[in-house]
Amino acid sequence: MLRRFLLPMWAFVFRDFHLTRRYFSWVLVFTFYAIVNAATIALIGVAQGDFRLTLTLVLGALLWSYLSAMYQEIANSIAYERWEGTLEYTFMAPVSRLVHLLGVSLFATFYSVVRTAVILLGLALFVDLNLQGANLLGVLVVLLVGSLAFMGLGLMAAILPVMSPENGAQATNILQGILLLVSGIYYPVSVLPAWVQPLAYLSPATYALEASRKLMGIQHPASSPEGLVGAPLSAVVPELLVLLLMGLAFIPLGLLVFSLAERWAKRTGKLKRTG
Amino acid sequence: MWAIEVKNLSKVFRKTTFGRRQEEWALKGVSFQVGVGETYALLGPNGSGKSTLIRILSTLLLPDAGRVHILGHPLPQEERKVREKIGRVSVDAAFYKKLSPQENLLFAAQLYGLSPREAEARAMAILERLGLETRRFGDPLEEMSRGMQQKVAIARALLIRPPLLLLDEPTTGLDPKSRRDVQAFLEELRREEGTTILLTTHDMVEAERLAHRLGFLARGQLVAEGTAEELKRLAGALDLEEAFIRLTGEGLQEEAHAP
Repeated sequence: MLRRFLLPMWAFVFRDFHLTRRYFSWVLVFTFYAIVNAATIALIGVAQGDFRLTLTLVLGALLWSYLSAMYQEIANSIAYERWEGTLEYTFMAPVSRLVHLLGVSLFATFYSVVRTAVILLGLALFVDLNLQGANLLGVLVVLLVGSLAFMGLGLMAAILPVMSPENGAQATNILQGILLLVSGIYYPVSVLPAWVQPLAYLSPATYALEASRKLMGIQHPASSPEGLVGAPLSAVVPELLVLLLMGLAFIPLGLLVFSLAERWAKRTGKLKRTG
Repeated sequence: MWAIEVKNLSKVFRKTTFGRRQEEWALKGVSFQVGVGETYALLGPNGSGKSTLIRILSTLLLPDAGRVHILGHPLPQEERKVREKIGRVSVDAAFYKKLSPQENLLFAAQLYGLSPREAEARAMAILERLGLETRRFGDPLEEMSRGMQQKVAIARALLIRPPLLLLDEPTTGLDPKSRRDVQAFLEELRREEGTTILLTTHDMVEAERLAHRLGFLARGQLVAEGTAEELKRLAGALDLEEAFIRLTGEGLQEEAHAP
């Protein structure tokens, strides 16, 4: 168990931690940009003098920051290996793809949590956030459950750099952009054109946001700038169930799609650095 | 039991350009065996199929036809068992360049289920034997010369003490001192641990020094094989290079169509 699963899984956490450490100046730049981006969005609500709008925007910016960081870490892990030329060595190690991708996802979760906490602290410099009464623990539960579905999506996106050495990494950004558009991160899904709205219900971010808004008490009539009336976790059981089902479906589906792509790459010679 | 048993192995790469389907045969019906503890060198110009063959044996490429057994395990059916028993060094020392040798080797060791302590002790011993200054063990690999990077690549392949080592032009681009260090180490490894080695190279002197038997690969086909003396006799040549040219009809430095 230790030699076959835990040590190999830990190897990916070890590698990604040291890569993050060695590329720390990049991490700082990207985090700074994420803070500025979140602040500029949140200040739209402040300018409107509308605390509900401000909180909606802050929640959207933080939740998207977390979910997109996790998606990117997983989806780009293969692209990064191709860039470094290490993909063949990782793929010829006696490690199951489940263990490989679980290791990558474990670090991605840790990294995304820390990054989101730093962005929240940065946001506090620009926006006066009063979260008293919000069910923050509930939001954390939603985030963790929602992470499973995003891991699955990341796994599916990670096949793109396997299949196309030239354009795969860019294609993962297109998928991420579609999720940002359809999930109603900063606006209700109802404002989307009718033909786009069905796509919103395929995105786990839609359910994670709906649940988090209720838990924060953003739309509760009794909430005010002095205090929020967050819903109990029991009020978001339907959203949690959908997120859980999505996670249970997307992760095995992601692994299946990944193994098919790997087999195809081994038949066509696409694992080679230059493709 | 053979360490490597390859029968009628073929691999074709297909691509479509402007609606036209093209086929490039990288390997055409290649058959050979390598005994346990033997060192076998494959000689061939660029594009002759050497790297394709190593990739198939490393479980990174699926053949279109033929059978491969590694230490008794059929590929691709038992690829996990094969992966546990092989080490590979390719011509380009592929690493996370920002990470140090220590970090790269510990990552690789943990992938194979080795504890960090066990891996570090073994890696240090190999690197010292290869002449790498261990005080630089914590520096990023991108700051090291190609020779040093290649020595770390060899250490990575040997961390798990693999019974079979697949070496794809391991000394290409190395300075003469590093090249001698690597060759002496491979001889020692074979002598002391009985490791089976499959080596591809352009270097006739290296092949003659290290290999028990050699195979000439040209245009994806194994044209001739035997000991260096047998091949020279077969071609009626004075040296191995001349034997290669006579038996394959091409020089080792020729650029064939790369697969």
